[in-house]
Amino acid sequence: MEFLRPATWREALAVKAAHPEAVPLAGGTDLMVEINFDRRRPEILLDLTRVPELRAWRAEPGAVRIGACVPYRTVIDRMAAELPALAQAARTVGSPQIRNRGTVAGNLGSASPAGDAHPALLAAGARVEVASARGTRTVPVEEFYLGPKRNALAPDELIHSVVVQRATGPQQFAKVGSRNAMVIAVCAVALALHPDTRTVRTAVGSAAPTPLRATGAEEFLTGVLAEGDHWATGRPPPPAAAARFAELVAAACSPIDDVRGSADYRRHAVRVLARRTLDRAWRARPRPTPEGAPA
Amino acid sequence: MRLTLTVNGRPTSADHVWEGESLLYVLRERLGLPGSKNACEQGECGSCTVRLDGELVCACLVAAGQAEGAEVRTVEGMAGPDGELSPLQAAFVETGAVQCGFCTPGLLLAAEELLARAPHPGDADIREALAGNLCRCTGYENILDAVRLAASRAAQAPTDPNGGPDHDR
Ligand SMILES: Cc1cc2nc3c(=O)[nH]c(=O)nc-3n(C[C@H](O)[C@H](O)[C@H](O)COP(=O)(O)OP(=O)(O)OC[C@H]3O[C@@H](n4cnc5c(N)ncnc54)[C@H](O)[C@@H]3O)c2cc1C
Ligand code: FES
Ligand code: FES
Repeated sequence: MEFLRPATWREALAVKAAHPEAVPLAGGTDLMVEINFDRRRPEILLDLTRVPELRAWRAEPGAVRIGACVPYRTVIDRMAAELPALAQAARTVGSPQIRNRGTVAGNLGSASPAGDAHPALLAAGARVEVASARGTRTVPVEEFYLGPKRNALAPDELIHSVVVQRATGPQQFAKVGSRNAMVIAVCAVALALHPDTRTVRTAVGSAAPTPLRATGAEEFLTGVLAEGDHWATGRPPPPAAAARFAELVAAACSPIDDVRGSADYRRHAVRVLARRTLDRAWRARPRPTPEGAPA
Repeated sequence: MRLTLTVNGRPTSADHVWEGESLLYVLRERLGLPGSKNACEQGECGSCTVRLDGELVCACLVAAGQAEGAEVRTVEGMAGPDGELSPLQAAFVETGAVQCGFCTPGLLLAAEELLARAPHPGDADIREALAGNLCRCTGYENILDAVRLAASRAAQAPTDPNGGPDHDR
């Protein structure tokens, strides 16, 4: 095995171009487990953690750019105001030790349907900036997940950063697991209110082969909120509509039975979480002024 | 490959390190520091917890090569040169927070990091900070007592301008 530690992004891309089989290493919280258990023996490990620009994050117009080696800890400590759902999801990952090392890009690299960052990225709106020696391209996060543990990266590509839209309204992330720390999600739901466009986005993890947006449910609720003038009045959507929304979110899933939970339980839990995240997010909205404009 | 790093303040190196091995393996098998324990090798138990450039990490999930040039702190760095226990270690002993002792090194590192960051932690802070460390013996209550005791003693002790009650710094 070779262990390569490029000092610059250019060098990292050059290595990956010359050795597409080189396996990128960030926090190691997925990859090292596989190596420790001999499930994977990469010929080349490409440690990206020394590349300064990958360790950086910064605000951009309407968004936050998170470098590929920024750990969850930083997302929690520094980005909770701009990216509430992602920070909330990051708080539920593993343990302090895991959050100090694990990264959003590593979550995307692994592309596990149970990864906690995914629903938050989908609900907030995000794009993955990937690059190779051939150039850079931007992949909307919806198009990044191709199947269980499969993503849209070409063999010579690396994730440079994840650009997440800054929240314009309340966001919620909720996850079901057997305890509070150190659990892989049985299922998870993220929901974001986007008052600027008067839309709602919601996404589900661990309940289908890939993380997914429940677009049918989003459209239904967006319609209900427009029809009832809820954005202007601040009145919550009627309970029957909220219940229907939750059913539509559950219907978007195609869960499986596994050791963590049955498909039926997952569908039920997704419905509960969809309703809960909607209620919580709506309650957290700033009260509209009497004229109807958001305060 | 040859690995050079600083462990408990002492520059050290290890030869013939296999590129895919973990920092935990390097500490235990190459540097003769078996204080950090090896149980699950998958980040679940926290018994291998060390500090890497100050951050709390599972040494089993750090590739050896990623620790090149780093500063690592392990349980071996806690007691004074004459073997005198650090106040935190003493608190663990006094409160009965140690039974078989397998989880203790990891918990000590986690508790030490917490107290450095939050000298007066509430119970929720303590539980959160120790959530990545499993103990099969004590039922955790005595461990929480130990952290509370160490925090209250540090609050009473006269402040030491050279870095507080931690012997090693
Ligand atoms: C004890 C424990 C608990 C966990 N709990 C959770 C949890 O609650 N929720 C959750 O979602 N996950 C959890 N995980 C899984 C893991 O922590 C996350 O998936 C994390 O986001 C992985 O990030 P990393 O930086 O450690 O990735 P690594 O292990 O370094 O890499 C993961 C994958 O991504 C690839 N990769 C990394 N960086 C790049 C890049 N820049 N470009 C292209 N590919 C790249 C790697 O080659 C590898 O295939 C847990 C893991 C452990 C060990
Ligand atoms: S041995 Fe590292 S966490 Fe269990
Ligand atoms: S004292 Fe035995 S595992 Fe904690």
